[in-house]
Amino acid sequence: MDPFASIADLAEGLRTRTFSSRELTQAYLDRIQRLDGQLNSFITVTAEQALAQAEAADAQLANGSAGPLTGIPIAHKDLFCTQGVRTSCGSRMLDNFVAPYDATVVERLQQAGMVMLGKTNMDEYAMGSSCENSYYGAASNPWNPDRVPGGSSGGAAAAVAAGLAPIATGTDTGGSIRQPAAFCGISGLKPTYGRVSRYGMVAFASSLDQGGPMGRTVEDLSLVLGAMAGFDHRDSTSTEQSAAELDALRSVRIGLAPERLKVGLPTEYFQALTDAGLATLLDEARRALEGRGVQFVEVSLPHTAAAVPCYYVLASAEASTNLSRYDGVRYGYRCENPKDLNDLYQRSRSEAFGAEVKRRILTGTYALSVGYYEAYYRKAQQVRRLIRDDFVKAFESVDMLLAPTCPNAAFGKGQLVSDPVAMYQQDIFTIPASLAGVPALALPCGFSEQLPMGLQLIGPHFSEQRLLGLGQIYQTETDWHRRHPQLGE
Amino acid sequence: MSERSGWETVIGLEVHVQLATRSKIFSGASTAFGAAPNTQASPVDLALPGTLPVLNEEAVRMAIRFGLATGAEINRESVFDRKNYFYPDLPKGYQISQFSQPIVGKGHLDVQLDDGQTLRVGITRAHLEEDAGKSLHEDYSGMTGIDLNRAGTPLLEVVSEPDLRSSAQAAAYFRQMHALVRYLGICDGNLNEGSMRCDANVSVRPQGTTELGQRTEIKNLNSFRFLQQAIDAEVARQIEVLESGGRIVQETLLYEPELNRTRSMRSKEDSTDYRYFPEPDLLPVVVDDALIEAIRATLPELPHEKRERYQAELGLGAYDAAWLTSEPEVAAYFEAAAENSGEAKLAANWVMGELSGALNKAELDITRSPVSATRLAALIRRIKDGTLSSKTAKQLFEALWQEPAAQDEAAEAAATCIDQRIEALGLKQMSDSGELARMVDEVVAANPAQVEQFRAGKDKVLGFFVGQIMKQTQGKANPQQVNELLRAALSGKPD
Repeated sequence: MDPFASIADLAEGLRTRTFSSRELTQAYLDRIQRLDGQLNSFITVTAEQALAQAEAADAQLANGSAGPLTGIPIAHKDLFCTQGVRTSCGSRMLDNFVAPYDATVVERLQQAGMVMLGKTNMDEYAMGSSCENSYYGAASNPWNPDRVPGGSSGGAAAAVAAGLAPIATGTDTGGSIRQPAAFCGISGLKPTYGRVSRYGMVAFASSLDQGGPMGRTVEDLSLVLGAMAGFDHRDSTSTEQSAAELDALRSVRIGLAPERLKVGLPTEYFQALTDAGLATLLDEARRALEGRGVQFVEVSLPHTAAAVPCYYVLASAEASTNLSRYDGVRYGYRCENPKDLNDLYQRSRSEAFGAEVKRRILTGTYALSVGYYEAYYRKAQQVRRLIRDDFVKAFESVDMLLAPTCPNAAFGKGQLVSDPVAMYQQDIFTIPASLAGVPALALPCGFSEQLPMGLQLIGPHFSEQRLLGLGQIYQTETDWHRRHPQLGE
Repeated sequence: MSERSGWETVIGLEVHVQLATRSKIFSGASTAFGAAPNTQASPVDLALPGTLPVLNEEAVRMAIRFGLATGAEINRESVFDRKNYFYPDLPKGYQISQFSQPIVGKGHLDVQLDDGQTLRVGITRAHLEEDAGKSLHEDYSGMTGIDLNRAGTPLLEVVSEPDLRSSAQAAAYFRQMHALVRYLGICDGNLNEGSMRCDANVSVRPQGTTELGQRTEIKNLNSFRFLQQAIDAEVARQIEVLESGGRIVQETLLYEPELNRTRSMRSKEDSTDYRYFPEPDLLPVVVDDALIEAIRATLPELPHEKRERYQAELGLGAYDAAWLTSEPEVAAYFEAAAENSGEAKLAANWVMGELSGALNKAELDITRSPVSATRLAALIRRIKDGTLSSKTAKQLFEALWQEPAAQDEAAEAAATCIDQRIEALGLKQMSDSGELARMVDEVVAANPAQVEQFRAGKDKVLGFFVGQIMKQTQGKANPQQVNELLRAALSGKPD
């Protein structure tokens, strides 16, 4: 069996008894054991549990009660809570934390019959664009081990790209699904804010966090999104979605007339794009879609330049209070022999949080403080509305947008660690959609110097079906998503 | 006392009302009091990673109920905020509260003062928030225990205008608030379990001036008495400081009842910056007219409405009306007794006198009174029709106290029971004029000397004759009737 097969094909193999879920699962577990030493894409591998779930799936496949995802292995980002299995969030703080509940996403995918292989590596608390901020060590890019896989869902992207898992969950706050997907040459979707429940996702920035699928093909993303999505009474910010709507998400093969689609090319994004190789690839992508009848026009998103500073104020502000609960009192890391209460707080947090997390807590605390609130937090909220309005206005004249995912290919390990602002600028093309709460789909669109590059389709709120539909058309016209790296065995 | 010559006291209160929802404001855990520590703390209450708050709509309805009962604006959209500070019994490191857009806006509470006057106290706002857990310092030497059962219990924080001018007014306001929330069924009112707690903002200023003095805040007062004592102590302290040329510093104080003084907790300099900002895990609370009107339709008669009705329709005095309406259970008992007896004033006297005394002595709640309202009503009817004298009525009441009735005993059954007891105990007042007349004639005939004295104008002697009759009847003779018969017999008029 092919570890780089799409889950649609794997499901076919399971249905036709070409292989069992147990065999499939064992094959991925073997690859993880053999190859992940090079990548460090997993924090925890749950082999025993995976095989038990696979056997249960095989029983369902045998008795005819299986669904389209039954028996398909999946890897979860290590910020989705998993009952009985450590959820570290890439942090020393939660190195000993085992949740007594499953995240809604985990629960739904398990109910759909998927088999959890393990928990993937990530930047601590999802704060980072390189997967270098992990207590468990940096993950590597399977296309070049000296490069980062992107972040924060870097482990998930690396694992899928390297064929250690056929599909994975990720979370995206300012680009954490899309950027690593682009760096590793896979597909990733950040859904509309509210599409997927956040319950059981360790919070970074509550108004921005959104879980989504990372996989090999657009069709795979749609299959998993359909199972992940939907209203959850445990998350007040999740949105009501009808069964018909969720069904439609799973069937992107059907019914989209590309010749009726008008796609905008945001001027500001292309002006900011300095990588000539990527510009060429985007141009080729546009022409491939034009070949299918898609129309392109330029549109303006005038407040794009304000997005990165706006994001780093708001996300840090929310993070600074979301992370207050890690105080060493009830769970998680506690320092040795605290002298008194303040010592307990200070040392527990100082010893267990990494540098980037501390930087954001400090930034966010500052932005919310008396005397700075108006100038930073309030102002950033206003800017966020302007950015959202930019998109709403653009979508009055176009169905979606085509843009680069990242300004460049995967950068070298250690290259940006000491320059946080340059690191933050990596998110320049992914952050605006996050602030607007709109869905965005990252797809591989070619290579530059042997490294994958990505494009992004951004649509109006709850337009995932159409985004995935066009993505699917793109992937029938191209085969970038079929390429995979060669790992030294 | 707070009134010292030359100074005026200004007080505003913040009352924390624990809402009587069955589950917590943001989780499904029970709010019941007194469970073993941390047995009523869900993953949300423990602030485990990934958990999210979900608003309990019952708490919203209760807040609206309160707003409607205080004539307040109900904000159609209100917003939860995070109030950030570190404390071991605050699991998330922030409290979810409402800061800039509370659910209840400006309203007022009419407070009955001891002198019968009504004082209208402005309510600035009332907002929903979650309670913290408890830190237990006593039971662990050198350590602190954390009990998170209370964490997430819904609170309505009611902030008053600085409209109160004495500790007595403040206590009356707190009492009135206590009565109101119990009438509304939104709080159990158990002060000793912390169901209502109060912070007092206190300042003094020279009489006749209008500018507010520097205030201090006394935290966490949980009884009417402590509230009054704490304010008195703080007012005395402030006046002393000012009169000896000092300045009042803005600070937060604790009241120490055993020493009857206030003690500084923290001053403004080390006050926390709470870094309020809108809670991104919750949507704004949107309330529509239909919901408001549906809730308005379920409002009970409120204490001040009852009070006014008791005075206007039942003819009770202001003090009695206030006394009887202070608790919904007392008012319900009184109304049942008054209605079934048709004698509101007598019923009021009995409830406030005999019954209340007996309940206090037995430390019983009126809902557990051995003498039901219908029995008291039947007893009152028998006083009114002359069957019982006030003395025999008390004897009967004592007898009834010993054999508790069901609280919901029907009026007819109660009346039957009362008549049987009167018969069995031989308490029936003698109103048979034939028999009494015979006794009167005998007594008059047996005491010629006293008859002479009476006829000579010594009216007092009448009492002697009454005494003789009462002795013979063991107090069962109807005193009014005895009086009339005696007067007739003594005046020598022919029968």
